[in-house]
Amino acid sequence: MIDITQPIYVLTIAAFVFGLIRMGNPATARSGILWAGIAMAFSIGATFFVPGISNLILIFPAILIGAVIGYVAARKVAIVDMPQMVAIYNGMGAGAASTIAAIELIKVGNSSFNIIVALVGAIIGNVSIAGSTIAFLKLQGWMRQKPITFFLQQVLNIVVMAVGILFGVLFLVHSSAIVSYRSSLIPFFALTIAYGFLMALPIGGADMPVLISLYNAMTGIAVGLEGFAISNYAMVVAGILVGAAGTILTVAMASAMNRSVGAILAGGFGKPQEENRAISGNLKPISSEDVAIMLAYSSTVAIVPGFGMASAQAQFKVRDLTDMLISKGIKVFFAIHPVAGRMPGHMNVLLAEAGVPYDLLMDREEANRAFQDVDVSLVIGANDVVNPAARIQGTPLYGMPILDVDKSKNVIVLKRGSGKGFAGIENDLFYMEKTKMLYGDAQESISKLIQELKKL
Amino acid sequence: MIITDWAWLYIILLAVFVGYEVISHVPVILHTPLMSGSNFIHGIVLVGAILALGYATNDVERVIGFVGVVMATLNVVGGYVVTERMLAMFKKKEGGK
Repeated sequence: MIDITQPIYVLTIAAFVFGLIRMGNPATARSGILWAGIAMAFSIGATFFVPGISNLILIFPAILIGAVIGYVAARKVAIVDMPQMVAIYNGMGAGAASTIAAIELIKVGNSSFNIIVALVGAIIGNVSIAGSTIAFLKLQGWMRQKPITFFLQQVLNIVVMAVGILFGVLFLVHSSAIVSYRSSLIPFFALTIAYGFLMALPIGGADMPVLISLYNAMTGIAVGLEGFAISNYAMVVAGILVGAAGTILTVAMASAMNRSVGAILAGGFGKPQEENRAISGNLKPISSEDVAIMLAYSSTVAIVPGFGMASAQAQFKVRDLTDMLISKGIKVFFAIHPVAGRMPGHMNVLLAEAGVPYDLLMDREEANRAFQDVDVSLVIGANDVVNPAARIQGTPLYGMPILDVDKSKNVIVLKRGSGKGFAGIENDLFYMEKTKMLYGDAQESISKLIQELKKL
Repeated sequence: MIITDWAWLYIILLAVFVGYEVISHVPVILHTPLMSGSNFIHGIVLVGAILALGYATNDVERVIGFVGVVMATLNVVGGYVVTERMLAMFKKKEGGK
């Protein structure tokens, strides 16, 4: 019988690459995932034709359980909760790679080379599943989002990982120095998983998207290595492909947020950074009534959304406000900073969910050309991405591309309180003469604005 | 067909370059969907999980293998649906500008 699985695996890899290329362009992105999906279905189907497969009575129910839970959970989750779903499904993939490692390692008679590959893959997979779980819990709000740090944390982490690896080595060399060499696998798995939990603790919720991307790359590598261990070429190539693509993506995401991957992994984000700049002026509060009047007499209004809009779930109200202003003959556009919010493209996704027409959205360059003609800029919970301090050498934000909101004639900042932004530094924009502060939850503030506008 | 150890290195090298090339020119707004899409692609681990359970010969292996297949299927199905939903947000963009 001809083995049909290999040709199908080859075509699958081709379709994965093609799908990824298409996913890299907004116009073709949706067909990209379809290509990858069809290829995946074929390669899974082909796997049942591999000679000698048994236990079908277990395989089918397992697939059914995973498929039902996976489908229902992914369908029901709200769009804003997508990052943690990516985290948990990524963790599942990593866990699956580790189970393959476990089964391979239990088998007697593997070559040392195979054992090393399976062990390394298991370490990466274990760190990824544990870390992804923490990322999921933090983003879901089931765990404190703030960085969790304690005395000698780094030392403990290194010791846990080192002892975990030691048990892996004992297994490899068939040494029963501590426990019988086969039982070494239990502390090996337990400690490397524990390291994964510990490693993610000091990383704040705001940095989670970068961390998830890193775990995604790690899962890819773990899958690739386990593919190596069981000589499955499709797993090797797809896994390494994701590992490479995921690594680039992680670096790109971190740099778009003006952070380095190393600094994120070191953790402790949110520590106030040293800042000795004196800012002149003061914060000037304004009532929603006055804002409504300002808006009503404007000819051009720019809306600058940020994380505050996402956390207050204010995108639907923002859309209502936009419709209202447009019906009054006012020109409205949205100035979208690529990393406004907590993940790249966050604002685009939320505004699309609320049904804001795409042609109202301007990217950074386009918006910056338009700000000088704007009567009122409405900054909804954005902070660092509109901070002119980014233009001043020596500030922590220096060099980060920003939206030139300070060029518009008036600025209204909707903000929960007078605290500092994500980067922990003062925002010069808020202290400018033309800037007024509208304090409160973004959703409530905008509802009030709409009420006031109706009265006019 | 058995691939020798050195041939593996060539394959891995090329896969790394392809992964790099595919991602390096992508606009920032697609980073999150692309992360989700590549998350789906490593769901190919299901193939390995099926093989591991399919060749399992004792109960310990069967239990671990069963868990592996469930987890890998969650990765595949959940990863696909999440990515699809995220990318559906971009359909208004077609012909947008």
